[in-house]
Amino acid sequence: MGKIDLTVGIGGAAGQGIATPGDVLARIFVRRGLHLKAYNAYQSIIRGGHIFLMLRTGDQPVLSQGGKIDILIPLNQDTMDRHLKLMRSGSIVLYNSDKIGPGTAADGVQLCPFSVKELLPQMKGDLVQNTIAVAALLRLVGVEFKMLEDILTVQFKRKGESVIAENVGVARAGYDYAEAHFKPLPFSLPNTGKRLAFFEGNQALAMGGAAAGVRFYCAYPMSPASGVLHWMARHARQLGIMVRQVEDEIGVINMAIGAAHAGCRAMCATSGGGFALMSEALGSAAMMEIPVVCINVQRAGPATGVPTKTEQGDLWQVMGAGQGDYPRIIVAPTNIPDCFKTVPELFNLVDKFQCPGIILSDLLLSEGRSSVDPAELDFNVSIERGEVIGLRGDAPPVNGGYKRYLVTESGISPRAVPGTPGYVHVVATDEHDEEGVLISDEFTNPHKRRAIHEKRMRKMEGVLPLLEPPELFGPGEAQVTLVGWGSTEGAIREAIEKLAEEEGIVANHLQVKWLVPLQGEAILSILSRSKKIVIVENNYSGQFARYLRSETGIAANGHIRKYDGEPFLPHHIVDGVKKIVAGETEKYVPVHEIMV
Amino acid sequence: MSTAITDIEARTQGEAGTRHGHVQLTVKELKGKVDPDWCPGCGDFGVLAALKQAIVDLGLQPHEVLTVSGIGCSSNLPGYINAYGMHTLHGRALAVATGAQLANHNLKVVVTGGDGDGYGIGGNHFLHNMRRNVDLTYLVMDNQIYGLTTGQISPTSVKGMKTKSTPFGSVENAINPIPLAIAGGATYVARGFTGQQKHLVGLIKGGIQHRGFALIDIFSPCVTYNHDNSHEFFKARVRRLEEMGHDPTDFHAAMDKAYLWGEAIPIGLFWKRTDLPALDELEPVLAEGGPLAYRPLGVSPEAAKSLIQDLM
Repeated sequence: MGKIDLTVGIGGAAGQGIATPGDVLARIFVRRGLHLKAYNAYQSIIRGGHIFLMLRTGDQPVLSQGGKIDILIPLNQDTMDRHLKLMRSGSIVLYNSDKIGPGTAADGVQLCPFSVKELLPQMKGDLVQNTIAVAALLRLVGVEFKMLEDILTVQFKRKGESVIAENVGVARAGYDYAEAHFKPLPFSLPNTGKRLAFFEGNQALAMGGAAAGVRFYCAYPMSPASGVLHWMARHARQLGIMVRQVEDEIGVINMAIGAAHAGCRAMCATSGGGFALMSEALGSAAMMEIPVVCINVQRAGPATGVPTKTEQGDLWQVMGAGQGDYPRIIVAPTNIPDCFKTVPELFNLVDKFQCPGIILSDLLLSEGRSSVDPAELDFNVSIERGEVIGLRGDAPPVNGGYKRYLVTESGISPRAVPGTPGYVHVVATDEHDEEGVLISDEFTNPHKRRAIHEKRMRKMEGVLPLLEPPELFGPGEAQVTLVGWGSTEGAIREAIEKLAEEEGIVANHLQVKWLVPLQGEAILSILSRSKKIVIVENNYSGQFARYLRSETGIAANGHIRKYDGEPFLPHHIVDGVKKIVAGETEKYVPVHEIMV
Repeated sequence: MSTAITDIEARTQGEAGTRHGHVQLTVKELKGKVDPDWCPGCGDFGVLAALKQAIVDLGLQPHEVLTVSGIGCSSNLPGYINAYGMHTLHGRALAVATGAQLANHNLKVVVTGGDGDGYGIGGNHFLHNMRRNVDLTYLVMDNQIYGLTTGQISPTSVKGMKTKSTPFGSVENAINPIPLAIAGGATYVARGFTGQQKHLVGLIKGGIQHRGFALIDIFSPCVTYNHDNSHEFFKARVRRLEEMGHDPTDFHAAMDKAYLWGEAIPIGLFWKRTDLPALDELEPVLAEGGPLAYRPLGVSPEAAKSLIQDLM
């Protein structure tokens, strides 16, 4: 059997109900054990505008949302007009001919019109066409009707038997119509017998937090980070998590710090604008030595920017957040399941080193969806709280004066939580001595300042050896090494496959996950063997390229950048590598073809 | 420097695990690690003394109290008292204190700061913590001036006041925190004066005992930068509400009294209601299981299974 690789595009206006057919298809794919990546390109509008959901499935792991569309379901004329030109020979367009005209399709594109009026003259409402289209689609890829019926039954369970029966009836009409009138694709979607799960990155981050033992979550709503808040709020009572919506992001981070100081694992999430408001407080968490985790789900900036579009434009903001030097750990998960795994890892680190931790996600990861093997979702993670006293409300007797900021070789000083008898102390955002007494005002002392500043910063030396080392993917000997960070991993991996298969260019790949502290020596030793280094990132100025150069001295030979709000598709990277390898350019900015 | 602390902590060691040690503290034992660096004659000394007395009178132990402050002269207070303390960022004390209180609702959380810190830069947190009725006692040392930045107008500076930032007199109206707090949802609203210590101790004790958000705005004169609203100014004008026949459960009377300013300025308890639960009492997650901070971490295998099932 050949490799199955199917991409469905569903487009329409906000409010036309694209989410439901998307959910139904995603659920059917993963229930057949097929892999999935989905990305919804949308606009900051509640009704109207244009939304385009791409769902890609296959029997091999799906690395990105791809680039080609096999089946297009335009729910309005706008979508037909925007996307028909992308459809190539062998592809299918399913649409309601009552409302939508086809336009001119390329040779070999199968136009599949259906008329809701003729098919179901008694039915009213816009959503009928969605159900018919999904059912027809499933027929054309050889999925048995029973599976759709089961999913619709679950989907409409809350609305009662008559709604279920009505929807199943509509679906049946669409399914049978497709069988009678349209030519199916030359392959059927297999059923592997294994069931996968699927989730979006924000769910993965929230679930990772729950696994890590987050007991306090707070946030101010901001796209594209609100999904974390929504998941946390929905599961708060079930899991015993305090969830608060706060008046602003300054309040958010400070509230999380208060809860963290009292002993909770505390987390918050926002996007770049909210993160900007949190800057000062992140430094204060480092100064008071309180572990807290903040997620920044990047969107296209600056300022309000493009709220529903993706970018990797906050790297320097996050690295530069807050005044002064302070210890903190910054990590960018590289795929959606990795979001889940990263949160507990980061909590163990920030608890051990008593400093803030920042997760850099972006809209692509956080609102994108991925299949995942349920076995990978291990909630039984190791939880290491570090040197902390009084978490059960009691503590060993203190022998002599307790020093909260005791100067130690590791820089880590035992942390007592308030409420613990015998360990009374004050934590301060002013510089302080070992006992927490301020040395900022009356008792300024350059020797004490140096000692305590060095103690704090020394903690970073301990972090580095605990991080998983970066690994080169692909052949050791290659013409080009592609370097990315965070969410671009999947698109780059797929580009490497395409480069080898379609262009005969041998490339390998280094994806950087841990940004601060940067594993500079390990990266240097990997990249020193590279013939040509090309850095791929979703921003204008090459923020990571500049960072890598400042930390390692490595100056890349080429750059592929994108800052139009949409994520990289693999062929964008392929095109860039071809041009850079041919010496045509050092910097390539692809043109995004799918207009949303 | 820390003998007093070591002594009292050693004496209370035996009681670790019991909620109230039976050792009666003295005010002396509540002395912090260092002496205040406030100007001689600063009103804040009076607030510190009154807070210590209130803690002693209530039979609290140092580890049961968490003081949280922002930045400013008065926000240095946590360093001068033998209790857990957080000296946070300018304006952020209430937000930090809310997190700490919800994480461990056994703590008595006392927030201390100035008028600029609380009503200016921290104004948004002030508004929202009142409506949430977070169980905090908020002591605002109101000197109607920015002192630590060497004398500029604050949100409570009287219109016309001349300072370094308003050399020709301020043209802006001042915030009146008392009606703001009553309207904003605070459930215990009082005003004290550092020149009336016993009265102030009573207000602070009432605030700590009150379940919900208690604001005590305290005239705490700045001897260096505010020569208009001095100790003598207030001494000549303050009148106790208790002696004015005021009923603190009467909303309209409280609002009327809150607007009195001039030859007679009322101090005392303006407004109190006990029919509204505090935020921690409303939160189902805290209904059982004790303080969040002390609970074991992790997700049960059953819960994990159902979370994963939802994704399939």
